[in-house]
Amino acid sequence: MTKLIFEQSTSGRINKAQFLPAEIPLDDIPDVFLRKTSPMLPEVSEMQAVRHFTRLSQLNFSIDTHFYPLGSCTMKHNPRICNEAALYDGFSGRHPSAPDSTGQGLLSCLFDLQEILKDISGMNEVSLAPMAGAQGEFTGIAMIRAYHDARNDDAREEILVPDAAHGTNPATAVMCGYKVREIPTLDNGDVDIDALAAVVGPRTAGLMLTNPSTLGVFERQIREIATLVHDAGGLLYYDGANMNAILGKVKPGEMGFDVIHLNLHKTFSTPHGGGGPGAGPVGVSERLIPFLPVPRIVESSGQFTVLDKKDCPQSIGRLSCFMGNAGILLRAWIYARLLGRDGMKRVADFATLNANYLKAKLEQAGFEMAYKNRRATHEFILTLKKEKAETGVTAMDFAKRLLDKGYHAPTTYFPLLVPECFLIEPTETESLEELDGFIGAMQEISKEAAEQPDLVKSAPHNLPIRRLDDVRAARQLDVVWKNDLGDSKK
Amino acid sequence: MSFIPHTEDEIRQMLNAIGVDRIDELFDEIPAELINEKLDYVPAAMNEAGIRRLSRQRAENDGHHINFIGAGAYEHHIPAAVWQIATRGEFYSAYTPYQAEASQGTLQLLYEYQSMMASLTGMEVSNASLYEGASALAEAVLMAVRAQREKQRILMPETIHPGYRETTETIVKNQGIVLSSISYSGITGTIDLEQLGKEITDDVAALVIPQPNYFGALEAVDELTNLAHERGCLVIAVVNPVSLAILKAPGEWGDKGADIVVGEGQPLGIPLSSGGPYFGFMCCTQKLIRQMPGRLIGRTVDADGKQGFALTLQAREQHIRRSKATSNICTNQGLMVTAATLYMSLMGPAGIEQVAKASHANTRLLVEKLTAIDGVDVVFNSPFFHECVLRINAPMEDLIPAMTVQGVIAGKALFADYADLHDCLLVCATELRTEEEMDVYAMHLQRFVSKHQLETP
Repeated sequence: MTKLIFEQSTSGRINKAQFLPAEIPLDDIPDVFLRKTSPMLPEVSEMQAVRHFTRLSQLNFSIDTHFYPLGSCTMKHNPRICNEAALYDGFSGRHPSAPDSTGQGLLSCLFDLQEILKDISGMNEVSLAPMAGAQGEFTGIAMIRAYHDARNDDAREEILVPDAAHGTNPATAVMCGYKVREIPTLDNGDVDIDALAAVVGPRTAGLMLTNPSTLGVFERQIREIATLVHDAGGLLYYDGANMNAILGKVKPGEMGFDVIHLNLHKTFSTPHGGGGPGAGPVGVSERLIPFLPVPRIVESSGQFTVLDKKDCPQSIGRLSCFMGNAGILLRAWIYARLLGRDGMKRVADFATLNANYLKAKLEQAGFEMAYKNRRATHEFILTLKKEKAETGVTAMDFAKRLLDKGYHAPTTYFPLLVPECFLIEPTETESLEELDGFIGAMQEISKEAAEQPDLVKSAPHNLPIRRLDDVRAARQLDVVWKNDLGDSKK
Repeated sequence: MSFIPHTEDEIRQMLNAIGVDRIDELFDEIPAELINEKLDYVPAAMNEAGIRRLSRQRAENDGHHINFIGAGAYEHHIPAAVWQIATRGEFYSAYTPYQAEASQGTLQLLYEYQSMMASLTGMEVSNASLYEGASALAEAVLMAVRAQREKQRILMPETIHPGYRETTETIVKNQGIVLSSISYSGITGTIDLEQLGKEITDDVAALVIPQPNYFGALEAVDELTNLAHERGCLVIAVVNPVSLAILKAPGEWGDKGADIVVGEGQPLGIPLSSGGPYFGFMCCTQKLIRQMPGRLIGRTVDADGKQGFALTLQAREQHIRRSKATSNICTNQGLMVTAATLYMSLMGPAGIEQVAKASHANTRLLVEKLTAIDGVDVVFNSPFFHECVLRINAPMEDLIPAMTVQGVIAGKALFADYADLHDCLLVCATELRTEEEMDVYAMHLQRFVSKHQLETP
């Protein structure tokens, strides 16, 4: 256990190196506006702070330290050059409201990224404004709404979402003022097209779909689905969470999608940073271009300009105060240029090779696949329902035991359709040795589950802590450390 | 260059295990007419040396200017340790801490962050961050409307950052929420209390109070908070975290304090980077915690009774509640918050207080030097924190580029957002601006104004 930084704090300890040479008086702001007590921030030396946070970092699993086969999250190698270059002074020091003339270098990179994303997605225009996948989704659905509104087509009040979809899909539709209708999935993993045909109609604003789906399979009837929705006057939204599987192979625009978002922190390897920042650019077909969010970057005879709402009157508007997650976009641009034309396709090839290899080997080792007769895409689902029935060991127990063996757990209990499931995504950057090591660990756990199930049920044993009391965390909420001594008087 | 480790032998071995001859066969479920490997625009791959050279050139192309803009993003000193530690691979390349046992580093750090933000704002709870300041305000608006049930109107003063108003509008407009604007006094540059008194009626869910406001001026937060509470509306405070080292914490505004506090976290150790990534913070009262969007970390114990940290109240979130979630947000800005937590730890309360005081003092000095020029005047008479609006008797459209050519980013011109301030400039001098830099600014401004001074009617 690492003490909290507050418990290492000593009143009056200051970091001289960060101090200004002279004391500054504050004599012109009336007292009524001023703070009377100091905030409870730590008073520690630079060394204490560095040691504390370095030690905290060592309690984490990360891509840099562990295989991280987290399905649907695309935890691939984050090249260091992307971070280095994004932090060059000229990029990191520029104020967002400085004139465009002082940011031509940055804007040229971002414009180039827009064009690259258009090319790989087969869309007609791209906006880099959304700051995460969920915000990209929001943007997409808001544009669908703006499109129907502009045509006075206001009876469309429903967004259709397959039941296997990410939770962000239905949550987003509601944020845009829509009702959500779920579409069931067939046993083979494809959307139930008859069920879709039965509900699609004049009330349909659009359909949100991930392809390959969250079930780790490619939706084979995508063209039929697109036709059904389009014929009913609805639009098709593509959730790009799984783009890594088809990068350089299939273009969402050619599958019939009208609007897409891409998760650059997945497919373009920008850091996950312990939960963000991400970036979720959107691409659109011709008819949605006027509604794209601002700012947008355009080029004219070598000069790059940033457009705002005044230049794009039909735009759904602004999603952040400034330029979205510009520094993340830069990292994605660098990664895209490193991959280049041929590298894009190799990503999909090897992500798919690794997933199918893992699937084949785990199947041979006796694990049950949720979609046995389907090809894995860049990920696949394994169900541990048999293990649970025979030994009482659950997917959660398996996951925790994997941590003991030095592997981050796959995504568990998602999608909700498959009982006791693991969604496994190895990504293209893992080597054969690493994949074999993971297979070995799964086999060991399987054996342990049969022979000494309590060992697995009480895992992890080798981590800084054991399983946590989540119920207590929610019932006896403790989200802020309280200083028993109270705030210090100024 | 796709960071793929496989050798030819390994590829063969893997294909054999799968039972196919070629990688292409793995794509046989995709309808053939959808396969399109042709890329028209994407150029050929570059190696690392090449991309480093190209990136350097482009970064250098953007040059170095002396910056006097604040307007929502502020250039402060960032201790070297902040980003060296934040970009350690264990922080940089970790995922959302869903597997708590394997993420105690990130989780404990986020708990410490929440504690720091709650104390800085004087509130009971803080979430683990949102995207950035403006969208955090939008989330606060949605939260206030949820908490107030039937009330759908929000009072949004014109003294809020225009980018915050636009962003909030985009995010909340499809849910039938009305944003009513409140004008400002031309004398004080703060919320027009008379108009507010008329607008603040029973149907209002919340009043938004920026402190300092967009013009840098200090609002009468105690009066405003009490008025809002008397009329049954919540108070959403929008604050600058560095200013809170010296300004009254929102939790202490008026008799009862603000209900929700949001703002831009960038001043706490995040580089300007042309606008992002930054992070938004959100704090609130205990009473509103279940209405709060975003991630929340709680302290609990493990099976041995040992202290540990975990995501909590996840039942609010999209991956559990789906269409009934408090928001579609499924991320925080983890890496930015890591940097901010390091920043607050390295600076300490006294260090941040110095930054706040020095930024205030520098802006005063800058204003003094600039208003000594004939044709440059202060517009509002309120006390300010570290920004101030100046009226300049010269064509603003020409002033900004002319100063930029001299290496000075003069400030944020207000003509695009405020018609009556068409000849005004919002300026800021943080603790990093030196007196020499201010003199350079004053010299070039003096030359420009004397050459271009507009005829006085």
